[in-house]
Amino acid sequence: MIRGRAASWAFWLGLAGITAVLSLNGKEIAQATGLSWLTKYPQAWQLHLDRQISAALKWLLEEATFGPFQFRDFTRLLSALIEAPYTLLRNLVVDGFAWGRGQQAVPILPPMAWLPVILGFGLLALRLGGARLAVLVTAAFLYLLLFGLWQSAMVTLVSVVIAVPLGVLGGAALGILAFRVRWIDRALRPVLDLMQTVPVFAYLVPILFLFGFGPMAALVATVIYAMPPMVRITTIGLRGVPEEVVEAGRMAGCTRRQLLWKVQLPSARRMMMVGVNQVIMLTLNMVIIASMIGAGGLGYDVLTALRKLDVGRGVEAGFGIVVLAIALDKLSQAAANRGPRDPSGGSWLYRHRWILAWAAVVVASYPLAMAIPPLAVYPAGWQLSTGGFWSAVVSWINLNLYDQIEAVKVAALTWVLVPVKTFLLGIPWAWGLVLAGTIAGGIGGWRLGVMAVLMTGFIITAGLWPEAMITIYLCGVSVVIAMLIGVPIGILAGQNDRAYGVVTLILDTLQTLPSFVYLIPVVMLFKVGDFSAMIAVVMYAIVPAIRYAAVGIRGVDPQLVEAGIVSGCTRGQLIRKVKLPLAMPSILLGLNQTIMLAISMLVITALVGTRDLGQEVYIALTKANAGKGIVAGLAVAFIAMMSDRIITAAIARRTAARETHA
Amino acid sequence: MDRPTVLECRNVWKLYGPQAESVLSRHGGAPSPEALREAGIVPAVRQADVTVAKGEIFVIMGLSGSGKSTLVRCLSRLIEPTAGEIRFEGRDLLKMSEAELIDLRRHKMGMVFQHFALLPHLTVLENAAFPLEVQGVDRRTRLDRARQVIELVGLTGREMRYPHQLSGGQQQRVGIARSLIVEPDLWFLDEPFSALDPLIRREMQDELLRLQGRLQKTIVFITHDFDEAIRLADRIAVMRDGAIVQTATPEELVLRPATDYVAEFTRHIPRAKVMRLGTAARPLIGSDFAGDLPATALVAAVADRIEAAGKPFRVIGAAGEVLGQVDARTIVDILIGRDLPA
Ligand SMILES: Nc1ncnc2c1ncn2[C@@H]1O[C@H](COP(=O)(O)OP(=O)(O)O)[C@@H](O)[C@H]1O
Ligand SMILES: [Mg+2]
Repeated sequence: MIRGRAASWAFWLGLAGITAVLSLNGKEIAQATGLSWLTKYPQAWQLHLDRQISAALKWLLEEATFGPFQFRDFTRLLSALIEAPYTLLRNLVVDGFAWGRGQQAVPILPPMAWLPVILGFGLLALRLGGARLAVLVTAAFLYLLLFGLWQSAMVTLVSVVIAVPLGVLGGAALGILAFRVRWIDRALRPVLDLMQTVPVFAYLVPILFLFGFGPMAALVATVIYAMPPMVRITTIGLRGVPEEVVEAGRMAGCTRRQLLWKVQLPSARRMMMVGVNQVIMLTLNMVIIASMIGAGGLGYDVLTALRKLDVGRGVEAGFGIVVLAIALDKLSQAAANRGPRDPSGGSWLYRHRWILAWAAVVVASYPLAMAIPPLAVYPAGWQLSTGGFWSAVVSWINLNLYDQIEAVKVAALTWVLVPVKTFLLGIPWAWGLVLAGTIAGGIGGWRLGVMAVLMTGFIITAGLWPEAMITIYLCGVSVVIAMLIGVPIGILAGQNDRAYGVVTLILDTLQTLPSFVYLIPVVMLFKVGDFSAMIAVVMYAIVPAIRYAAVGIRGVDPQLVEAGIVSGCTRGQLIRKVKLPLAMPSILLGLNQTIMLAISMLVITALVGTRDLGQEVYIALTKANAGKGIVAGLAVAFIAMMSDRIITAAIARRTAARETHA
Repeated sequence: MDRPTVLECRNVWKLYGPQAESVLSRHGGAPSPEALREAGIVPAVRQADVTVAKGEIFVIMGLSGSGKSTLVRCLSRLIEPTAGEIRFEGRDLLKMSEAELIDLRRHKMGMVFQHFALLPHLTVLENAAFPLEVQGVDRRTRLDRARQVIELVGLTGREMRYPHQLSGGQQQRVGIARSLIVEPDLWFLDEPFSALDPLIRREMQDELLRLQGRLQKTIVFITHDFDEAIRLADRIAVMRDGAIVQTATPEELVLRPATDYVAEFTRHIPRAKVMRLGTAARPLIGSDFAGDLPATALVAAVADRIEAAGKPFRVIGAAGEVLGQVDARTIVDILIGRDLPA
């Protein structure tokens, strides 16, 4: 055993040594041997998969036919199906209804006033979660109103309200199919895996290509993006219905259909509501990001503010996203946690008194708004603005803390970021291929090794090796920092119930924030560049690092801790020798999640000017180059998948080793 | 048994594992446990024969993992047996179509589960009415019926609660009500009281006996608790590692265990609790008797009377014939396990 250990250490150290030598002296070696193609992948060898994909998509869009239908008809149909309810709802709360189009349009009905909307959500919150939730939700909507974000917020909300049912129903339907039909389950699984690792921008590109710039493309992208967890959770929920309950249904004489609708789905309801909550949060996240392809709304406000470096507006709109996210999250959680409804008696009128009262307010609001204009549109003069304040804060920081911030930034760049970047970029691609295969194969067996070689090969032949290395460098540094900060916090929080409660509350809130929001303070303080990107990634990805460490520590069997105490461990020893090793699998899972989040955030930091794969996708997006976007997106997904599989394999190896020891 | 047979199964096997059916046929339909282990197969039920007569409480008893649940699920065809024959009221259960099976379950069978298996989104009343809802009975009729069975199991007043608002014992009462609402002929209970506290368990056993006194169902009752089996059973089948090792009345099991395994189970059981006067009776010797007692009476139930009387009692058989006598000494012999009649 000891010898095996020593050999394996020697192996990994050797690998690291060779890598270092090649990275630092690769150029010289290549020049000396005349094999310069080994370090810089020749352009002539590139496969140009992106052009073929673009051509294929173009063909699909312009020429492909299925029987009498063109593919284009299909996208048009889908557009129309989504567009109808979207336009209806948008007219209802944003634009108002009109007869005719353009200049000649005769307004029929103005958009709904803000009062009934706020009241409606307030009442809903009251019914679902009581007075506290009602106060919270009302405050959130009042914020949007007072800070002049009402219109944008309504646009975002309309997208969410349209996309969520589609995502939920589509996801549930697929989940049910996968639950019932084995091969669908098998076919779906890798697709879902891929969908959850492909960066969000990469979805946007082909969809933009197929549906054109505008809210429809944004909605389609949003629905696709938000659906996978619902599919998964539906299947898991249905599988998790206790066998006895299903048997009870069968013994009651249920047909297959009755069993599904009357027994399995209702029993899986709680689990599925978790999925609904996920769909809502992902939808909001994507709707914000999709503002880049014409979804409009709060995301667009943030985006324009970022572009104009209008810090105040950016913070306000960003905070608008945050309050909207929190309100929707809490509302859907309250709906999920509500037990079965109370079987209350009373007439139909009595049971629906709240809805009826609200409907009355809605109807009354139209003439009222006509009579009192501020009720229709909240007057700009009454709006609050903190723009001046934030600008002042930023100038104050720039005046007083500029040197310190610059010092930190420069230090980080010189001592960490640039050296790591140079080192990784120095690795010749040919050795990178060997390295990927060896690491994956050494940890997860030959299959994983082959997979890693193929995926790395894809990245190299696409000519994306340097961009991939920059991605890995930014991601790697950010993950290390996130773990260095997050794990100790998690360990401390895991020791103490109160601290754990506080930390979980903070983490839960952080997790509801759309990734976009994290860019705002970073740009405010550090401007653009790798350092800003790194900070944003660390902030976004630290959540699972903390959470899994805390959960791992709390999951340690108290009897083992007591055994440690009885054997005379000090507090430090207790943590190092008992708790930490036992919490390790959980911490590694956290590492895995941290990497996944870091990669997904990294792609978004393309907006602050990184030079990685995310930037490639972003450029493809702005140029509507579908092939390039898909290839770069796949490259990111492959990196995510490799790291996921390798870490999963490492965890499995660890636990296996444990068990043979025991 | 002169009562008609309701359920009968012959040579039933249930094997879990790769190519279970071909393994079974390769060994001539009766593979040895070693052969099965070699083939990587878990034999959940091996070669089970069961005959259940109308109106009896038939208990299947065995330790956890001995295959009781699997067997009872084969009997209700919730699980397809790997091999064997099952007849219900003379019809071949395994040849029935899905539709016939659904019809059968809707009208003739009921089942109670160990962990209650109530639907969390339905009230007590709706849970009890669920089998009727599935049949398409209109709401008013089925809720009226449900109120009746809820009353039968003593839950009146809790109709509008949800399962999670009830105690374990109450939840199982709902499970019982649900299984009884279709007035089944054959009633399966898979360890219905095992998840309950001992005191509640006894109460529920009494309740079951009370219900059975009224309803006279044919019952297949599963338990891992031998005391429970003895309290309830007309006949008991003891299972071990998937096979039935002995099927007999409680009295026979205690007095004449077929194997050491069964003997091990029955050893701690006081004879008086299972022995009936018919078995305990000695030849008539005197003529001065305190009175007559039925042969079916349990020794434990009449011991006090016999002891207090100071004189022997006559033991009377089912047809009114005199089988012998019992006196205080007989009781003492039984209690201390001396000189048991063979
Ligand atoms: N679906 C299954 N797959 C594999 N083995 C099973 C399955 N169901 C039951 N078994 C095995 O069959 C044996 C009998 O199980 P079961 O009938 O549940 O026992 P009991 O109800 O007496 O506790 C056990 O060894 C169990 O592990
Ligand atoms: Mg069982």
